[in-house]
Parts: sequence; structure tokens; C-alpha cells
Amino acid sequence: MAMSRKRILGTLAHRAAVLLYIVVALFPLYWLLKVSVTPTRLLYSEGVRMWPSKTTWAHYAFVLQNSDFPQFFENSLIVSLSTAAVVTLLAAAAGYAISRFEFRGKIWLIGFLLVTQMFPLVMLIAPIFKILSSIGLTNSLAGLILVYSAFNVPFAVFLMQSFFDAIPRDLEEAAMIDGASRFMAFRQIIVPLTLPGMAATLGFVFTAAWSELLFALMLISKSDISTFPVGLLSFVSKFGVDFGQMMAAGVLALVPAVLFFLLIQRFLVQGLMAGAVKG
Amino acid sequence: MAEIDIRHVRKSFQNLEILKAVDLSIRTGEFIVLVGPSGCGKSTLLRMIAGLEEVTAGDIVIDGKRINDLAPRDRNLAMVFQSYALYPHMTVAGNMSYSLRLRKFAQDRIAAAIGEASRVLGLTALMERRPRALSGGQRQRVAMGRAIVREPQAFLWDEPLSNLDARLREQMRAEIKKLHRRLGTTSIYVTHDQIEAMTLADRIVAMDAGTIQQIGTPADLYDRPANLFVAGFIGSPAMNFLHARMASETPTRSALILADGPRMTVPETLGLQAGQAVIVGIRPEHIVVGDAAPRQTGVAGKTGTGAGEAIVDLVEPTGMGAIVHFRLDTVVHKAYHLGRADWKAGDHITVHFPTERLHFFGATDGRRLN
Repeated sequence: MAMSRKRILGTLAHRAAVLLYIVVALFPLYWLLKVSVTPTRLLYSEGVRMWPSKTTWAHYAFVLQNSDFPQFFENSLIVSLSTAAVVTLLAAAAGYAISRFEFRGKIWLIGFLLVTQMFPLVMLIAPIFKILSSIGLTNSLAGLILVYSAFNVPFAVFLMQSFFDAIPRDLEEAAMIDGASRFMAFRQIIVPLTLPGMAATLGFVFTAAWSELLFALMLISKSDISTFPVGLLSFVSKFGVDFGQMMAAGVLALVPAVLFFLLIQRFLVQGLMAGAVKG
Repeated sequence: MAEIDIRHVRKSFQNLEILKAVDLSIRTGEFIVLVGPSGCGKSTLLRMIAGLEEVTAGDIVIDGKRINDLAPRDRNLAMVFQSYALYPHMTVAGNMSYSLRLRKFAQDRIAAAIGEASRVLGLTALMERRPRALSGGQRQRVAMGRAIVREPQAFLWDEPLSNLDARLREQMRAEIKKLHRRLGTTSIYVTHDQIEAMTLADRIVAMDAGTIQQIGTPADLYDRPANLFVAGFIGSPAMNFLHARMASETPTRSALILADGPRMTVPETLGLQAGQAVIVGIRPEHIVVGDAAPRQTGVAGKTGTGAGEAIVDLVEPTGMGAIVHFRLDTVVHKAYHLGRADWKAGDHITVHFPTERLHFFGATDGRRLN
């Protein structure tokens, strides 16, 4: 009896700790949502309240109808999706090669990939700006995709490599003896088994590109090709910050990211397990 | 169905020589077992035949055709892996038909082939399952099914039973043997388990440290091991070895002096030189233990009674008999005693080594002398 009571208490403490973590982690999101529906005049007059006495969709309407945000979203979507696709393809290929093949200079390649992760990006902004401007890739979404891809590939390669490492070589060898070429074995046996890994890489790179501000700010100066993080800054003016509209834009910015994760979460969590127990 | 010739095949990784000039000729329909401790190069040799490892030097020839540079898929061999290597995202039927689908067989031919194989292997009810929903034995069967639907030139087995429990291993061993009898396909089977080697093989290839130690029928290897390695590897419990030296004084030219002093008469036909160091081997099951040991023994005991006297160290009953560990002077040997063994540690027993059951090896090179 005493034991079970102790266990119940332990479980309660555990749940409470988890709950506390979730509340702390999600509170900023809640605040984002709250402010985005608070009328501007109540924002400063009501003090700190958990929920405003009156709510409004006006900020959303303004952001969608009178600002450049739809354009920013579109730009962000193009940049993030392209970056995610490019990086995942490259990382899958490179990760597979590093996982499976022995080749000259392999250790150097891995070393250099690691080195690229050592520098703070801020250091590289000036040289990258110079390089891109001389080849006409500033003020262009393609330039942004290129830079984002370059910076995300190394980490993604290591990520993908670890997923390939987890798949026994026997599987490809069996496929190759069964009559597949190495590429067919990769495509028909390894890729389906690495889908969760690819989904994770896609998701990771997509979010990284979606919320990137520094390069977007430095490399793009025209508002019609700005991404949304840059757009958010436009609510900060000399005379004040329009919090309501800024938060509404923020909430809207969450939507594509959430949708994207909903789309890939099937692979993230389900992966092979569902296939294994079905039937 | 194929004849496989391994001609002077070598394999090195960087400076490490894994296989040293291996020669082996496998006849059509033969069941060859490569056996040896881990790291002896047996799996490497198998993988080279499969095309998964490059051949450093020498030729691998199947039916007169050199295949060194052929891709695995062009060799028409099937392989069963220790890990089974079933495709986790495919059903049993998918796994078994994969090779046929790659070869663009017609649907009805594929269905017929996997239908037949699944019937033979008792997998019919499991065809829509995925590998994860199968037991170890069932997975093993699927791996075998995947190999046989292709009707390959030869089967390569890479320790296929190592992941199964003892009972299942025994059962699958018999199934593999029946399968081979039924299909008659040339098979090369790698294992470190000498029981599997003995029970399955037409011929055993015993390997150690990258070289072939002996090639022969299971009976050959058991009755006349070519050297100390084979003698020690084949048989369980392992063969006992006694260090000895040929007597040098003239009247007893045919006597060996064991390390601890007693003498043992040996056939003159061995042609041993006086003073030559020899290792005497005897299998545990050939040692006669107990009070029943006849007086006219090969070992002259210290006490001069005729039968060697030994002290029991440990008795391990196996049901059918018992493994009796006994100390002869200071060295512990094992005897396999059929029937009940009621001795306890410390008991004095007599041990008798029948002369006709003794194996003699050179102490320096380990080669068989008799």
C-alpha cells in the first residue's frame, strides 16, 4: 500500500514537472496569440492580463489586406521549400557516400564539413555579400536559397549519415545479389527505410530557412523579395512598435511551418513501425 | 548448378593479409562448408565469391568463366545472411519476389515461383506479413525462400543459423540439408560451428589465419585431422593434447615419454627419432575411464600398475553421458564417458588411452605424423 502510494506520488511529480515544462515552453506562443487578438487601445490600457476583455481580428485583416505580408510569405515559402529540398537531396547523397564508401580524402571532406560549422555566421556576412553582389545574386531569392543551402548542408549531411549508418549494409548487399545495381538498391531499399530521416532533415532545414533573419536582411534590400522575418521588422518604426500587427503576422507565419510538419510527421513518428505491425 | 574454382585467391586490406593464396575446387552439386574461428577469412572468401569484396589476386571461376570483375547481380548466386537481411518495408511475398521483379519476370511466373517456395518452406500463411512480425525461424525461412525462388547457380550461406536458439538451429540445419538434397544446388556454407560443418558438409574446408588447413569429408577431418589446428577445432569436447618426447635409450625405441614422466608405447611405424618432441592427441570420447579400464593400457602409470591413474577435477553430466575433467599430473584433460558417471572431484580413477585411437603431431610444425 505504502509502495503504491509512493509510486502515485512519483507519477504525479513527474506529470507536474512535464506540465510545468510545457507551460513554460508554450507560454510565449500563447502570448503571441493573445496580443495578436488584443485591440490596440487595450494593449497598454489594460495592464498585464491573461486574456483581453475584448478581442478583435483587425490586426489579421490589416496584415492580410494592407501590408506586403502575403508577398513575404510567398517569398519565404519559395526560399524555405527550395532550400529544404536541395539540402535534403544533397545531404542524402553525400551522407550515403560517407556512410558506405571508402574514398581518398574522405577524412578531409568530413573535416572540412565540420570546420564550416565552427564559425559564427556574422563573420561571413561581409565576404558573402561581396561574392554574391559580384555575381548578381544579391536581391534575389536564388541567392538566398544558395546561401541557406550551403550553410545547412554540412549538418544535414551528418544527420543523414547517421540514419544511413543505422541501416545494415547486409540489406543493400542482399539487394545487389538479388539483382539490383547499387543505385537501385539505394533507391528501392535504402531510401524507403530512410524516409523518417529525410523527413527530419526536411523539417529541420525548412524551419532553419523559414526563420533566418541575418542573411535575409543583409542580402535583400527590396521589399518585394523580402522574406517574412525581415517583414516583421517593418513593424518596428522610429516612433514605436505595432505589436498587434506584428504578432498577427507572427501567428500567420507559424501556419506554413505547422502545416509542413503536419505533412511530414507521418514519416517522423510512424516511419517503419506502422509498416512492421500492419497485417 | 555450377562448378566453382578458387585459384590462388588472396585478399588484403591495406597491409593486412586476410587470405593467403587459397585454392579450392568445388564440384557441381557439392555442399561445401567453410569452417574456422572468427577472423580466419572464411566469410571474406564467401563474400569474394558473391562479389561483395574485391579479389586482391587470383581468380574465381564459375563453370569455366572468370567472374572476378562481374558485379554481384551478374553472378547469378543467392546468399543467405546471418542477419537474414530481409527488406523491412516489404512483405514476405515482396521479399521473396524482389529478385524476380528486378529481372522483370511475368506476374504469373513470379506467383508460381514464390508459391512453390513458400509451400516448401511452410510460409504460405505468412506471405502478407512484414519481417518484423515474424519469429527468428520464420525470418530464416523467408531468407531461404528468397534465395531458392531464383534458382541460382549456387547458394552462399553466411552463418545463417548463428542467430537462432539451439533447438531451432538443429531443426533448420536438417531443413537446409533436406533442401540441398531436393534441389542439388552447389552450396558454400560458412560457419564457426563444427557441428554444423560435420552434419551438413559433403566436404569440409577447415580454415585458420587466412589459409586452408584441411579439405576433406567430415569423417576425414574427424578421424585423420591434418594438423593440430584441425584436431583441436573439429570435435566437441575438443581433443586432448599431451606433450611427449621420444625415448632416447635404446631398448625402448617405441616408447614416448610423456611430459610428466610416464611412458607410452607407440607403433614403430611412426618412424620417430630419438629425442623428437611430439604432441599426442586423443579425443575425449576415446578415453576409457573408470575402474573398467583394462590393465593392458597404453599409458604406463607412475605407480606402475599399468593403467594411468588420474584425479577427477569436475564431472559435467550431459544426460547421454558425462564429460569427466581429470588431472593427469598437473594438466587437466577431458574424457567423455557414456552412461552414468558417479565420480566426484578428488576421486582417483584410471584412464586408458587406446593406442589405435591416438593421433600424433610434430611438436614444432603441428603436422600429423601417423
